[in-house]
Amino acid sequence: MDRQLLSGDEAVALAALHAGVALGTGYPGTPSTEILEAFDVLGGRAQWAPNEKVAFEVGLGAAFAGARTIVTMKHVGLNVAADPLFTAAYTGVTGALIVVTADDPGMSSSQNEQDNRRYAVAAGLPMVEPSDSQEAYDFFFRAVEISERWKLPVLYRVTTRVCHSKSVVTPADRGDAGAPAAGREPAPAPHFEHDINGRVMIPANARPAHRRLRAKLAEIAAWGEGEAWDAAPGRAALNRVVLGSATLGIVADGISFMHALEAAPEASFLKIGLVNPLPIERVRAFARTVSRTVVVEEGDPVIADTLLAAGIAIQSKPEMYRFGELDVARVRRILAQDSSPEAAPARGKPPELCPACPYHTVYGTIQKHDLIAAGDIGCYTLGVLPPYRAMDTCVAMGASIGVGLGLRHVLPDEEARRVVSIIGDSTFVHSGISGLVEMAYNPPPTGHVVIVLDNGTTAMTGQQEHPGTGRRLDHGPTSKLSIEGIATAIGIPSVTVIDAFAEPEEFERLLLERLATPELSVIVARRPCILAAADIRKWEGQAAEFRARAAEQAAVCGPAEADR
Amino acid sequence: MIADRTATVTNVVLAGLGGQGVIKASDILADAALRAGLDVKKSEIHGMSQRGGSVTSDVRFGMKVLSPMVPAGEADFLVVLAASEVEVAWPLLRAGGIVLAPDLIPDAELPNKRSLNVALLGALSHYLDIPAETMLDAVRAALPEKLHAVNERAFESGRKLAAATGTIR
Repeated sequence: MDRQLLSGDEAVALAALHAGVALGTGYPGTPSTEILEAFDVLGGRAQWAPNEKVAFEVGLGAAFAGARTIVTMKHVGLNVAADPLFTAAYTGVTGALIVVTADDPGMSSSQNEQDNRRYAVAAGLPMVEPSDSQEAYDFFFRAVEISERWKLPVLYRVTTRVCHSKSVVTPADRGDAGAPAAGREPAPAPHFEHDINGRVMIPANARPAHRRLRAKLAEIAAWGEGEAWDAAPGRAALNRVVLGSATLGIVADGISFMHALEAAPEASFLKIGLVNPLPIERVRAFARTVSRTVVVEEGDPVIADTLLAAGIAIQSKPEMYRFGELDVARVRRILAQDSSPEAAPARGKPPELCPACPYHTVYGTIQKHDLIAAGDIGCYTLGVLPPYRAMDTCVAMGASIGVGLGLRHVLPDEEARRVVSIIGDSTFVHSGISGLVEMAYNPPPTGHVVIVLDNGTTAMTGQQEHPGTGRRLDHGPTSKLSIEGIATAIGIPSVTVIDAFAEPEEFERLLLERLATPELSVIVARRPCILAAADIRKWEGQAAEFRARAAEQAAVCGPAEADR
Repeated sequence: MIADRTATVTNVVLAGLGGQGVIKASDILADAALRAGLDVKKSEIHGMSQRGGSVTSDVRFGMKVLSPMVPAGEADFLVVLAASEVEVAWPLLRAGGIVLAPDLIPDAELPNKRSLNVALLGALSHYLDIPAETMLDAVRAALPEKLHAVNERAFESGRKLAAATGTIR
């Protein structure tokens, strides 16, 4: 096939298509978002879930039915999906379940830089990690191979520089036409077989399931010392050695390998693509062939600590390189064990709310009245920057409501009455709804005010759809969740929809009125994102046409036919 | 020996502000390198940057490219779309590297300001071994047909101005 210039995200999507993945599901999050979008454009079946937990569960169900499935999310999304993830390690799967975790070392667009290689160890799941787009394509089939052979979900770890860098991909042939490589055979047709003992995790079933998981991991560890190193047409080696000098050996994974190969082209390398379980004995043997072995890895010293615990004489990086991304210059410093202060990177112009963003008036009002604003995750978080500085907390998706309630519960009344929670529409659907349930269930004595900033899109990640837009991932029409309807159904007595941009004075009056009463309030500040408005109009037009056609059809065939 | 494989890499850093077409320009340049049969990697940070902040994109091409990021002090070219960003990108430039900034292109030579990114790619093309026609193929592939003529003109003026005026340091 032809050479293509693909981002790591696009390469994963192409591999998923070629692997016959039947369903892709996830929640948007930088740097993972483009995987499902590309999978959809390529003709795959891709859908956004309300959050990562639901996405994972939908993927798990599909994999129980024997399908090949991909679930995508950013690193912090795996925190949301962690509950089913850990127990799915016990149940295992019938088909293949590839869970993409897109980590963001350096936090280019995230609230933390947690290292999700830790999740592989904690959940007891195999983890595969590519270093560029070609590997993002090639390794996907090895991940499917592992998942189907050991009937386990496989974590597929990518990082911002792998997701968003473009590099050349030559999609490999499937291997011999007669016998395609493992993971590249035609996908099995989904069907259901009962396996009550295997999938119903009551304690009596979960106890043996935990032992089964550990037995599988021991087998995969042995495979990681052997077969994982094999390469054949259509089958890339997950782990490999690049022989160079006998004085310096480097153990590296992911993008760190590329930086290190450039920083020390003369060195010997042991490149790790199967991050969990690690090929401990192969590293031990490698370390004996060189006079000095250095582990080069971004984030936490996960590989280094494991090797040191196994009694292998390696050098870890100085502590200062736990923080931020690595690059060629930093790897040179690691190899020199240089922990002198680094030059501060040049500071460019910081991002800001778009000049025509519908939220300016909201933040202007919050600033004017010196309110205490429990904020949330999205581009509206930029309200924290000058000139407004109108946000006091931002921790996790949906946290604005719970944090606002906690502040209200304990602050003196006078201060408590100044607390508002601010949350975007997609974030509200993701995990704000249960916060609203808590608000109705345990109302603070002073009441509370939640402002839902509804711009009709998941703006921060590049204008993705969500259940509140009434459109699917591919922008086609589907059921539309009503934020004000949900708030009313939960039992919030005062629910108001307003265009705060068009009516700033009315918004200010309404907000002050609601803050003054102990009655619970939700204010939905609704106006389309300026960047998405034109597209939204186009899709709404298409949806109206679709509905008109369906109505026409209903008149001819009856409603049951038209619903399909 | 692996050492030789990176020897011929060309490093270009494109810089500007969100919405100026920095990413589009780097897509075009990377595609041109691919069309020229070279290995190529391109890297930038998306996300927050699209909200009007500083944007830089690294494009590296040659026989074999390893890291996708241009190491500080190793950029052969800075292509800067906003004058304010020259200072931000400056530490990336190698000694003797070339800066291509907006003041290279007089307003009169640029009827459509949106084509500044392509005009500067034209200027860059003066220094590269990638044939101008290959660069133009990549320009056309990246833009809708109605924009082809104006961008071809922008590319050509940038290319001529670079040849005539030399470089800005």
